[in-house]
Amino acid sequence: MTEILWHGRGGQGAFTAARLLGAAYSLRDDNSYALAFPSFGPERRGAPIRAFTKFADKPIGDRSEIQKADYIIFLDDTLFSDNAFSELKPEGKILLNTKRHINDERVITLDGDTLAADILGLPITNTVMLGAFAAVFDGIDLSDIEKAINENMPQKLHRKNIAVVTAAAKSIKKGSDI
Amino acid sequence: MAKRFLSGNEAFAYGIRLAKPQVISAYPITPQTIVVEKLSEMVEDGSLESEFIHVESEHSALSCAMGASAVGARAFTATSSQGLLYMAECLVYASGGRFPIVMMNANRSTALPWNIYGDQRDSISQLDSGWIQAYAENAQESLDFALMSYYIAEQKQVSTPFMVNLDGFVLTHTYEVVDVPSSEQADAFLPPYETENKLDLLKPKNLAFSAGPEHNTAFKYKEHIGMLNVKKAVADAEERFAEIFGRRYTGLTESYFTEDADYILITLGSIAGLVKETVDKLREKGERVGLLRLRYLRPFPNEEIAESVKNAKAVAVLEKDISFGNEGTVYTNVNSALQKSKISIPTSNYIGGLGGKNISQAEIETIFYDLKQEKFKVRFLSVGGDLK
Repeated sequence: MTEILWHGRGGQGAFTAARLLGAAYSLRDDNSYALAFPSFGPERRGAPIRAFTKFADKPIGDRSEIQKADYIIFLDDTLFSDNAFSELKPEGKILLNTKRHINDERVITLDGDTLAADILGLPITNTVMLGAFAAVFDGIDLSDIEKAINENMPQKLHRKNIAVVTAAAKSIKKGSDI
Repeated sequence: MAKRFLSGNEAFAYGIRLAKPQVISAYPITPQTIVVEKLSEMVEDGSLESEFIHVESEHSALSCAMGASAVGARAFTATSSQGLLYMAECLVYASGGRFPIVMMNANRSTALPWNIYGDQRDSISQLDSGWIQAYAENAQESLDFALMSYYIAEQKQVSTPFMVNLDGFVLTHTYEVVDVPSSEQADAFLPPYETENKLDLLKPKNLAFSAGPEHNTAFKYKEHIGMLNVKKAVADAEERFAEIFGRRYTGLTESYFTEDADYILITLGSIAGLVKETVDKLREKGERVGLLRLRYLRPFPNEEIAESVKNAKAVAVLEKDISFGNEGTVYTNVNSALQKSKISIPTSNYIGGLGGKNISQAEIETIFYDLKQEKFKVRFLSVGGDLK
């Protein structure tokens, strides 16, 4: 099983990204399964929230929150600290939206705020980080993400979000070539 | 059929749309709200032709559904926790009046302390209300129950309302892949509701009347027979369902590696998924363990339980309920089933998941190992301390 933990703030769309990712993974064929859920409780704008996506090649019975993740994705770098590594599996990776440079090979950074501002015209980085994840994780293609966006988001959001997903994936690929 | 990535609530709403109730009356309450919101959107966008009635309380929601059923309409409502308790007076009216209403209940803890998270104390407190009670494991089964519940409830020899229970949040708010049948398939499965138990100007009759001491027992006897007839109706519905949709269900219970199991855990609802994974894990280590999932609590699967555990060395019941001063009510019912079939094996009761508390795989493994080590008890998971 692959376990992906999302950190964001209420209103940033972390759960929407978790759900789009689950749809992208599980709707591509009959042997791929996913669960996606938010941390349950009252919803407050700006408060830290977590969301979860799990992938497997058989139905997933464990509906509990992820304790140790293969990937941790931060939509907001004010939520990131060294504590994050305690939630990471040994070979795990952290995807961090930040303008800072983090000197740790487990952490992959991306200036998602600038991409979101340029393409969406909004400080919303959930689909940016979805594109970044697609570039890092071999088991999913950009076309799967595109399909999930088309099937699960309102139509007026399709074009710009697909554009920002593609740009984020490119930016990660370019970074890894250097 | 089309694959969709849906939450339990959404899957249930898609199932209800396929069942085409003529009247939906409901009052929102967490964690049920989404199923009602989704259905109101479907009525608004024209994809479901139904009278959607906003009511001022759960008591009114079920009263309204009864009014609809009493003129021969197919009716739906949904609730949770305190809402279910608030409509409790109407539950017995609906069952005594033999109105085959379907209700989704999002299982949630009951106050106090106030808590919005999942356990099964709300519905289990209403086992004697005369409603059929089913418990879904996942979003697919939730959608399929939405369709099958009407077929079963509306059989003339059943004519009993049907409560489908989904664990709050872990099922109602968790997204997973669901096959959504086509409208044509659903229509082939579920015929329109026809009944003589309705107010009809051409055939005037009295409904929802009084019956004094002389006749009351006969009505309650007939209600009991109607509930006992559910078992056959479930078998018929599942056969028909498998032919049309290609998914086969297993009656009042589901057995998972019970045939040769020495130790069997009996449970209900969505935690069964984690128990299955735990059974797989322990089987790989050579442990002869199994799961019996109770898909229905009313009618109670007495024979199925006895048949499944008759060769086991011990069984445990894991439930999200406690009847204070006694034990979990499912446990009481299971012991009664064993006693009636003269099966004399040790049993244990584990009370877990109260107020949404997570039940871990390690805790489930411990239950199996405790059975193996002949530690039999009534115990609250995560609190510790044996109660007997």
